[in-house]
Amino acid sequence: MTTDLRSLLSDTVTRLFTDLATKELIEAAEKGTWPDKLWRALEEGGLTLPLVPEESGGAGGTWLDAHVVVRASGRHTAPVPLAETIVAGWLLGRAGLAVPFGPMTLAPVHADERLTLARSGGAVTVSGRATRVPWGRNAEHVVTIGELEGRLTVALIARGAAAIEEDRNLALEPRDTLIFRTARAVAAAPADVAADAIYLYGAMARAAQMAGALESCLTQAVRYATVRKQFGKPIGNFQAIQQSLAVLAGHVAASGIAAESAFRAAERNDARFEIAVAKVRVGEAAGVGAGIAHQTHGAIGFTYEHSLHFATRRLWSWRAEFGSENAWARQLGRAVAARGADALWSDLTAR
Amino acid sequence: MPAVFRFALNDLPPEAESLRAEVRNFLKAEFSGAAPVKRAKSWGGFDREFSRRVGARGWIGMTWPKAYGGHERSFLERYVVMEEMLAAGAPVSAHWVADRQSGPLLLRFGTEEQRQRILPGIVRGELAFAIGMSEPDSGSDLASIRTRATKTDGGYLVNGTKVWTSNAHLSDYAISLFRTQVVPDKKHEGLTQFLVDLRDTPGITIRPIIDLAGKHHFNEVNFTDAFVPDQARVGSDGDGWKQVTTELGFERSGPERYLSSIALIRELVREVSSKPDDRGTEAIGRMVASLATLRAMSTSVAGMLQAGETVNLEAAAVKDVGTTFEQSIPELAHALLDVEPTLDTGSDLQQVLGYITQTAPSFSLRGGTREILRGIIARGLGLR
Repeated sequence: MTTDLRSLLSDTVTRLFTDLATKELIEAAEKGTWPDKLWRALEEGGLTLPLVPEESGGAGGTWLDAHVVVRASGRHTAPVPLAETIVAGWLLGRAGLAVPFGPMTLAPVHADERLTLARSGGAVTVSGRATRVPWGRNAEHVVTIGELEGRLTVALIARGAAAIEEDRNLALEPRDTLIFRTARAVAAAPADVAADAIYLYGAMARAAQMAGALESCLTQAVRYATVRKQFGKPIGNFQAIQQSLAVLAGHVAASGIAAESAFRAAERNDARFEIAVAKVRVGEAAGVGAGIAHQTHGAIGFTYEHSLHFATRRLWSWRAEFGSENAWARQLGRAVAARGADALWSDLTAR
Repeated sequence: MPAVFRFALNDLPPEAESLRAEVRNFLKAEFSGAAPVKRAKSWGGFDREFSRRVGARGWIGMTWPKAYGGHERSFLERYVVMEEMLAAGAPVSAHWVADRQSGPLLLRFGTEEQRQRILPGIVRGELAFAIGMSEPDSGSDLASIRTRATKTDGGYLVNGTKVWTSNAHLSDYAISLFRTQVVPDKKHEGLTQFLVDLRDTPGITIRPIIDLAGKHHFNEVNFTDAFVPDQARVGSDGDGWKQVTTELGFERSGPERYLSSIALIRELVREVSSKPDDRGTEAIGRMVASLATLRAMSTSVAGMLQAGETVNLEAAAVKDVGTTFEQSIPELAHALLDVEPTLDTGSDLQQVLGYITQTAPSFSLRGGTREILRGIIARGLGLR
């Protein structure tokens, strides 16, 4: 997709979220109502499967197209498993499997959890326990990666095949435990992907969502600073506020380009470095950025009535999902250390 | 979001990458075996012979028109040369300022005669420039400068003092900002830029200002009835503020705004590599995440320069985020290792840490303080 088309996509998706991902809808979702209307609009707009080839019912786009959609979903704190469905659809496509409609999720999301694939007669079965699966209760299908007969295999399972223990994250998004007891997969096929592809691309998606949520923090904080008056003038007239919002803007800029770089690297199927960079850098920005946004808003931003927390509570959860900053920093640091000090610059410039 | 920044991803083109190999080979021949602490001083190194060799390779004035000796190459190729020079710790001071801002300023605002006379010498690496902006009572409030240039027959008589003029004692010229008119309550008006010949202007006295580490790079430059001819005026009388703002945009946009601590980064990686435990790898992972992100921001700005866009806001953001990062590196060394910074004894790591520690405060001062840059960003956000 060309840059012009991508900016058209950005306008479309922004309009859709502005119209539908309203405060009322997010509040209802946080109370447990599945936002069916929003999801259907996303599906009808072809936004849930940007990476699935057109002949398989997707949009036939690129990771950079997906970035536009995922980033916008974070900016609007859309309470749907859009990022998860996009990654799941891509994995199914890599395995040459048909992609179902409806929301999908990914499991397991933790680096140290595994689901076991086995062959039983003509079918592939899935067993094991996956914790904190995003939107587990709402997803119609689950995509997992496991080893089957010595080959990395992508499997698609109906969510109904799993027992569910419900839980949630700070943002009241479902984070459920799924328990599979020799559940039959709908389909399974070997795929040329990393064994930890769910963890990897999940981290990338969260980085883009966080970059979007940070944009929301900045927009809200700047708007508030221009309307809220104290000492007879807008608080944004005070240098102390200006300076800290400039810091927030710097983090927003850094996060945006870090996330986008990762999606671009995914395009060439060699994104581990950029994904680690993005998850670490955007995660750090999430901590600082949410803090500045709240400080600017004062007490009103600390209420449920105000919308700032839609972004900040998600930032606080998302930074720890699909690997913490520390976990990704360790992975990145180990790779850098293994290459040694004198390779650092040439490796960096080769990206 | 507020449409403040446009950091579009930018890929360096193949010709820039093949140039990178050339530059690396050149730098390898020049510096293989140089001590890490020497490399840490990259920017501080003033070496006219080195600058001539860089000029001979065609790596100064790269983007300028051939009519003035330039090479009409892209900003992205120039970017690669700059970042490789800094990463290698090359002593670039004798050509850096002229290449980065003085030459581009003359190209944009100078007279044809000035361009013909000055630019080819810069391109050859033969002319070194200093920056005549700050004064004893005018730092961040640059528009408050008081050094007067009073019109006289065939030129101006200059009286006043510039300070923090890096390398004035070694340089040939200083593009200087003087007040040619006093407009009451309008301090941004009546300012004019001049191409001042530091070697051959009676009435100029250059005195050293020694920095906290005992080194001489700063100077105080005093003008007492110094005659500057009309031909030395850059742009129209009174246009100085607009021009100096453009010049500062050039000054703030480069990779030097996040690579100042690269020598220390390298030594920290070396240290952690020798015993890669969780704490060490986490720390260098975070460090490299910031470094890679800043490089993406900085190359994005290079792409915008290539497209002829104005980058003042983005440059301010790169410099603010970049200098914060550079200054965090000595802190990281202390958090991670039991190491005492030293001057000229001890390990490479200790000496590099010693040098960077004593230089780091300048990172967020030179070329516009952190507070000024954040003010520029706040203006972009619509808060001012």
